[in-house]
Amino acid sequence: MNKVIFETERCKGCGLCAFACPLKIISLDSGKLNGKGYHPASVTSPEKCIACASCAVMCPDAVITVIKE
Amino acid sequence: MIVYKRPESLSDVPMHYCPGCTHGIVHRLVAEVIDELGIENDTVGIAPVGCAVFAYNYFECDFIEASHGRAPAVATGVKRTHPDKIVFTYQGDGDLAAIGTAETVHAAARGENITIIFINNTNYGMTGGQMAPTTMPGQVTTTSPYGRQKLIQGNPIHVCEMLSTLDGVAYAERVAVNNVKNVRAAKRAIKKAFQNQIDKKGLSIVEVLSTCPTNWGLSPVDALKFVDEKMIPFYPLGVYADRNAMGGDEND
Amino acid sequence: MSKVLIKGNEAVAEAAIRSGCRYYFGYPITPQTEIAEYMAKTMPKVGGLCLQAESEVAAINMVYGAAASGVRVMTSSSSPGISLKSEGVSYIVGCDLPCVILNVQRGGPGLGGIQPSQSDYYQATKALGHGDMHLFVLAPSSVQEMASLTSDAFTVADKYRMPVLLLADGALGQMMEPVDFDKISFSNPPEKPWAANGHGGARKKNIITSLYLKPEELEDTVLKRAEKYKLVEENEVRYEEYLCGDADIIIVSFGITARISKSAVNEARKNGIKAGLLRPITLSPFPSKKLRQLADTASAFLSVELNMGQMVNDVRLATECKKPVYFYGRTGGSMPSSEDVYEQILAINGGMKK
Repeated sequence: MNKVIFETERCKGCGLCAFACPLKIISLDSGKLNGKGYHPASVTSPEKCIACASCAVMCPDAVITVIKE
Repeated sequence: MIVYKRPESLSDVPMHYCPGCTHGIVHRLVAEVIDELGIENDTVGIAPVGCAVFAYNYFECDFIEASHGRAPAVATGVKRTHPDKIVFTYQGDGDLAAIGTAETVHAAARGENITIIFINNTNYGMTGGQMAPTTMPGQVTTTSPYGRQKLIQGNPIHVCEMLSTLDGVAYAERVAVNNVKNVRAAKRAIKKAFQNQIDKKGLSIVEVLSTCPTNWGLSPVDALKFVDEKMIPFYPLGVYADRNAMGGDEND
Repeated sequence: MSKVLIKGNEAVAEAAIRSGCRYYFGYPITPQTEIAEYMAKTMPKVGGLCLQAESEVAAINMVYGAAASGVRVMTSSSSPGISLKSEGVSYIVGCDLPCVILNVQRGGPGLGGIQPSQSDYYQATKALGHGDMHLFVLAPSSVQEMASLTSDAFTVADKYRMPVLLLADGALGQMMEPVDFDKISFSNPPEKPWAANGHGGARKKNIITSLYLKPEELEDTVLKRAEKYKLVEENEVRYEEYLCGDADIIIVSFGITARISKSAVNEARKNGIKAGLLRPITLSPFPSKKLRQLADTASAFLSVELNMGQMVNDVRLATECKKPVYFYGRTGGSMPSSEDVYEQILAINGGMKK
């Protein structure tokens, strides 16, 4: 299964990855806060991920690593 | 198989940019290009005064902090004394097109064999959103509170168009980083701008339409839309110069 | 070319090249443009570069870039141009970078004139830029010294990693005198592992910056630099002492006016007046210790300058006003004759007799 890893402590909750994801499976986890007080992004349904890395391409803080199985 | 991970030459440290500020994307693209061209060992970056003043903390190559507007002159000093090194400046619109206009124009006219990454976000970000030479007509900033007015604050500068008239410019392209397609295109332009330097073609500049969510008072995603709706129509993307300007080193 | 009759400006350029300087960034301004012209002709022959910048501001920032990447580099200008360079100089100080800057002074303020002047003394020795900063300031008084002090400037700049200012004037720049280059010792630049010229995968990256947003960090760098200046003051003060041992009246003067004053001192001696000359060669650090000693034996000091009185206050500070310190100067480009200076000595001497 394709994997998208977020370095949640560095995520600034800007939402560009969610905007970029063609399948709209990334969202800001309003239930969580990272050390900086941001809602970190995460993939809500990882099984749908096609590892296109659009999220990583849009991330201003390079917190996303995308692995294709 | 890793499809994407942080580029090696982008330092593994948090960046101070505001959430959603696309400075971060451009930093990543420059670092990816440095990795792919394998030039980190021989690269010297020149940081501006502006939001990117701390760029030297975010790249693994050597870096020099320039005074406001003078990065092209500092780069000239480094490149002319080390023609085999790769020298790039990373500058904002106030830095490059206001206080540093003379340095920009003359580095271009001389055809310095350097690469300029020019971030156009239509305002002075670090100091809190003042009008810049690229602030658009009618655009509100803290020093054009009633919107930029032609008769008072004059007209914006189209940098790529202006510099493309200078024979020393090998390559001038305006790109944007407000969606995935544009980011990928921006990376191609940045890579070409560095490759030109390796091939000693003269000065290359990539003008990147960039967002400033904080000072524009927009959410990061709405700021991306602002680029589409307002900036790209006024600052058309595209290649404004693409030639071998035979700059710099050949003539030494 | 061991011995040659040469213009002051060109002597500086030749000496810079012999000092291993291969990069010069300049801009035309009277009375020092011959330097850029000499460099433009000569640098290509030695594999060097003379680049005329679009402004003195750009030129000093090219120097900053070259110095930051570890090479010996120089620029020159005259008074208004030096003012334009002041921000760049402050950055060079703030990054502890070695370079050589020459100011061939002209009358000021503003566009002023193009005749010789020393009215940039304060600017040169007190604040050629913002922030706590000092420059090492050397004041040649002959065309031979225009050459020899250029070599020393590069040596000191690299030894202490700081910018060095050569403070000359239009007379020294334009006049011709013989120079014996064999009498000048030239140094080789040291290794510069701190330079930003590509880490080559062999060292961690170098960052050249003067930015320290945390006050303690900035304070720390300024304090460390102050330690360096103490060392410079202890080791590098230079002056010429002429007949001061038994002198009642000591003239303190540098550069071109020191030569005029020496004639006046000789004239005074011929007329039974014990006069002497203390010529600072380093204006910063100032020869304060020496002057303090002389204040024990001398009865009065006379500062002779081409300005409205600037160094005179440093003489007062140095001698702690133990003895009266008089001033005589011309400005705007006017030059006193040795008779003018001699009359001042007579007046002081007369005043002392009453």
